Amino acid sequence: MSGSEFVPLSLTPMLIGILAAVACALPGNFLVLRRQALIGDAISHVVLPGIVVAFLLTGVIAAWPMMLGAAGAAVVAVILIEAIRRLGRIEPGAAMGVVFTTMFAAGVLLLEQTDTSTVHLDVEHALYGNLESLIWLDATGWASLLDPVALAGLPVELSRILVTLVAVVGFIWLFWRPLKLSTFDEGFARTLGIRTNLLGLALVIVAAVAAVAAFDAVGSIIVIAMFICPPAAARMMTNTLEGQVGWSVIFAILSAVLGYVLAGYGPMWLGARDAVSAAGMIATISGLILALAARFGPCRTRSGAPVQV
Amino acid sequence: MIELAVREGIRLSDESITDSPLAVRGLTVSYGQKPAVFSVDMTVQPGAMTAIIGPNGAGKSTLLKAALGIVKPLSGQVTVFGRPLEEQRARIAYVPQRASVDWDFPTRVIDVVLMGLYRELGLLGRLSARHKARALDSLARVGMHDFANRQIGQLSGGQQQRVFLARALAQEADLYLLDEPFAGVDAATEKAIISVLKSLKKAGRTVVVVHHDLATVTDYFDHVFLINTRRVAEGPVAEAFTADHLQAAYGGRLATAQVDQLARVLG
Amino acid sequence: MLRDALLLQLGYNATLVAVGATLLGISAGVTGTFLFLRKRALVSDAISHATLPGICLAFLLMVALGGDGRSLPGLLAGSALSAWIGLLCLNWLTRNTRLAEDAAIGAVLSVFFGFGIVLLTVIQTLGAGRQAGLEGFLLGSTAGMLWADALVIALGGAATLALILLIRRPMTLVAFDPEYAAARGVPVHRVDLAMMGLVMAVTVVGLKIVGLILIVALLIIPPVTARFWTERSDRVVLLSGLTGGLAGYLGAAISASAPNLPTGPIIVLVAFAFFALSLLVAPGRGVLAALLRHFRFQRRVHLRQGLLALAQGQPIFEQLTLRLLRRADLVRADGVATDAGRARAAKALRDETRWQIVRADQTHEAAAALYDGLRDIETVLTRDQIAEIDSRIGGPQEVPA
Repeated sequence: MSGSEFVPLSLTPMLIGILAAVACALPGNFLVLRRQALIGDAISHVVLPGIVVAFLLTGVIAAWPMMLGAAGAAVVAVILIEAIRRLGRIEPGAAMGVVFTTMFAAGVLLLEQTDTSTVHLDVEHALYGNLESLIWLDATGWASLLDPVALAGLPVELSRILVTLVAVVGFIWLFWRPLKLSTFDEGFARTLGIRTNLLGLALVIVAAVAAVAAFDAVGSIIVIAMFICPPAAARMMTNTLEGQVGWSVIFAILSAVLGYVLAGYGPMWLGARDAVSAAGMIATISGLILALAARFGPCRTRSGAPVQV
Repeated sequence: MIELAVREGIRLSDESITDSPLAVRGLTVSYGQKPAVFSVDMTVQPGAMTAIIGPNGAGKSTLLKAALGIVKPLSGQVTVFGRPLEEQRARIAYVPQRASVDWDFPTRVIDVVLMGLYRELGLLGRLSARHKARALDSLARVGMHDFANRQIGQLSGGQQQRVFLARALAQEADLYLLDEPFAGVDAATEKAIISVLKSLKKAGRTVVVVHHDLATVTDYFDHVFLINTRRVAEGPVAEAFTADHLQAAYGGRLATAQVDQLARVLG
Repeated sequence: MLRDALLLQLGYNATLVAVGATLLGISAGVTGTFLFLRKRALVSDAISHATLPGICLAFLLMVALGGDGRSLPGLLAGSALSAWIGLLCLNWLTRNTRLAEDAAIGAVLSVFFGFGIVLLTVIQTLGAGRQAGLEGFLLGSTAGMLWADALVIALGGAATLALILLIRRPMTLVAFDPEYAAARGVPVHRVDLAMMGLVMAVTVVGLKIVGLILIVALLIIPPVTARFWTERSDRVVLLSGLTGGLAGYLGAAISASAPNLPTGPIIVLVAFAFFALSLLVAPGRGVLAALLRHFRFQRRVHLRQGLLALAQGQPIFEQLTLRLLRRADLVRADGVATDAGRARAAKALRDETRWQIVRADQTHEAAAALYDGLRDIETVLTRDQIAEIDSRIGGPQEVPA
C-alpha cells in the first residue's frame, strides 16, 4: 500500500489505537496484581452515564465536558463501590456489580429520555467507538508528517490520547517505588509512611483518566480488554515487575496493530468488501495473545503451586 | 514542649516514656464489636529483646500493627523514642507475617530487600551500587546471599521469612518489630533468625517479637510482655515469665503438654 | 396508566413480559444468591458478555441455512453455547495459570464481547436492515416483541425456576461449605457447573428483556439486598427471590406505563432502590444501625478506660473520655472524680481483678471466653461465684457488686 493511501486513512487510527492500548495496559498491570482488574470493567461501564450527564448539563457534544463527565462518573463509581463495600460489609466483586450496573442503567435511561436525535450519542458508539473514522484528511503521504499545515489537521483525539499517555507514564514513573511496594506488601508500605489508601485511589483515578481518553477514541470494550489482557499475558512471560510492564506494552502495541490491520484489510483478503470493527478486533487479538501466553508462556503457572495437568 | 505533650495526650508523669523505643498508652483496638486489644499500656525497654506472648486471638499482632499505625486504634497513644510515630518512621523496621503477602508477585529476592530502602531513596533517588551492596550484605547476614536473583515464589517458607528479615536489616533501624517470625519455619531458619536478632541486640538495637512458642522464651528473650486482650504482665523474663502469669494469660487454653514443658523450663 | 400496568391491563404482550420479568427476577435472585455466597458474583458478568458471539454466529448460521436468522430459540441456543465456552475458558485460566479469578473474568468478558462486536459488524455488512435488531440483545428490547418470543421467555423463566427448586439442597451445601459437602458425597464440581448452568439459563432468558450488559444486575443486586435482612441462608434465598421478582414485576410495569422507559434499566433501577433502602435502614447490618452501634461501643470503651484510669489515679488526656465522664457526672469540670465516679471506678477496677482470676481459672473457661474488657461480671457469673472469687482476692468486701 502506498503512503498516499496509508498515511491519511490508516496512520492516525492505528496510532490512536496504539496509544490508547498502552495508556490502559500500563495501569492495568497494577490493577491485575492488586486483584482489582474489574475496576477497569466498572469504569468503562460508568463512562456512559458520565457523558450523558455532561451532555444534559452543557447541551453540546464537546470533548472536554464529556471527558470531565466521564472522569467524574468514574470517581463517583469508585467512591460508591468503596462505600458500599465498607458500610455494607459486602465483598468487592458484588459491590462493584451493584454500582456499575446501576449507573449504566441510569445512563441508558437518561439517554432514552433525552432528545439526542440531533447529535451523535448512542450506546453502541459508547461501547465500541469508531476508531476507523479518525482519519487525517489533510495528509497526502509520508511527506505530510513534516508539513505544518497538514499536521494542524491531525485528529484532535490523537493529541488528547498522547497527552493522557504522557500523564499515565509520568504517574507510574514518579510513583513506581511506592506503587510496587504497596501492591506487594501494603502493611510494610504503611510502616514506611506511605499513604497506601491515597495511592490506591490515585491509581484508580489515573486508570479512569486513561479509560476516558481511550474511550473517547475507541469505545469502552477495548478499554476493558487493554486493562486486563496485555498485563495478564505479560504475567505469564516474566517474573519481574519491570519485565511484566515491558511485555504488557509490547502486547498492547501488537494487539492494536494486528487488530487494526486485520479489521481493515482482513475482510478484503477474504473477498468481502467492508471492514469490521477495529475495536472489537483489537480486543479479540489481545485475547488470542493471552491464550497463547497462557498456554506456552514460560512463567504461566503459579510458583510453588502444583502444576495441574 | 509540655503543651505539645499534653495535646498529644502523653502522660508527663511517666518518666520511662521519654526514652522508651516504643511506648503504648491506653491502646484499644477493635474489629467490630469486640476489642482485640483493650486499654493496653506497654513500655519497651531500650536495647532489650522483648517477646509479646499470649494465646491465639489475644491481640498480639493487632497490638504490633496498631503501634505501627497499620490498623487504626479506637483510642490510645503511641510514642517511638519519646516522639510521635510519624516523626520516627525512619527508625523502625517491621517484619510482617509471611502469609500477609502474595508470594506469586513478580519480583526477585533482591528487589524485596531493596524495598526496605525506599524511604531513604525517596521517589526518584538513584539506586547506587552502595545500596545494592547494603541489600546483598543484609541477605548474606541471613544466609540468603546466593538467592538474590531468585523469584520470591520459588523460596521455601523459611527462606521467605529470612528475606523479610533481610529487608528489615537493610533499613538499618533502631527498633525492630517482628510478627511471628518463627511460625512455620524450619529449624535452620529459626537458628539463623535468632542469631541475627541477638547480634542486633548486641549492637544496641531494640527488638520486639510476637512469639508463640513458650518453650523458647527463656532462651531467646530477656523481656516478655504477656497479653490476653489486656496486659497481663510485663518485665524481665525472670520476673514476668512465671507460671502464675502464664495461667492468667492463657487460662484453660494452655495444653497439658505445654504446661509440662514449661514446668521443666521454669524449674 | 401505571395502575393499569401494575394490574396487567396493558394487553397481552405487556402482560406476558411482566410475567416473564417476574419469573426471571425470581430465578435470577435465587440463582444469584448461591453465586454471591460462593463469592463469585462477577462470574455472571463474564458469562453474560460471552453470549454475544454465540448470538451472532447463530444468526449467521441460520441465514446461511436459508432462514431469516431471527428465530429467538435459535439465537438463545447460540448464546448459551458461547456462554458455556466462555465459562470453560474462565475455569481453565484460573485453574491452570497464575491469573486470579478477577483477571480471568475480565479477560473472558472483554475478548468474547470484542469478538461479538466484530461479528456484529460482519452481520451489518451482509446487508443493511438484516441484522434484525441484534443490538437489542445488548440492552434488551421488549418493544414490538412477538407473542411467541414473550412466551419463550415466560416458559424459560418458569423452567429455570423449576430447575432451581430441584437442585437447591446440594447447591446450598456447596455454597456454604464445599469441603463438608464433598465429605457428604456431594459432587462439588458438578454442582458448581450446574450452578453456572443456571446462571447461564437466567442470562439467556433475560437477554431479550434486560439485555446482556444489565442481566448481571439481577443476579447480584437482589442477593446483596437480601443479605442485609437476615443471617440465615434459606431466608437469604427466599428474600432474594422475592426482591428479584418484585423488581422484575414493578420494572416491567413501570416501563410499560410510559414511552421511553426501557424495561431493562428500569428493572435494574428498581432493584437498586430496594438495595439502597436496605443498606440504610436494615436492622443489624444496615448502615444507620451500624453507626449507632459503633458510637455506643466507642462510648463504652472510653468510659470504661476512663474509670480504670480514675481508679488507678492516672490522669486522663483523651478529650472524648473526659467529656463522657463529665456528662455522666463521674468527674467534675476540673477533672476530679465525684463520689459516684470514685465508686464506679473502684467497682471497675475490682471487676478487672475478678476477671483476671476468672480468666486464669480453668473451671471458668466458658465465662472467660466472654471477656471483652467491657462486660459487667454480674452478667456472666452468679452472685455466689463472684463471692467465691472475691474471697480469693481478699481485701474489702463492701464494694458494691
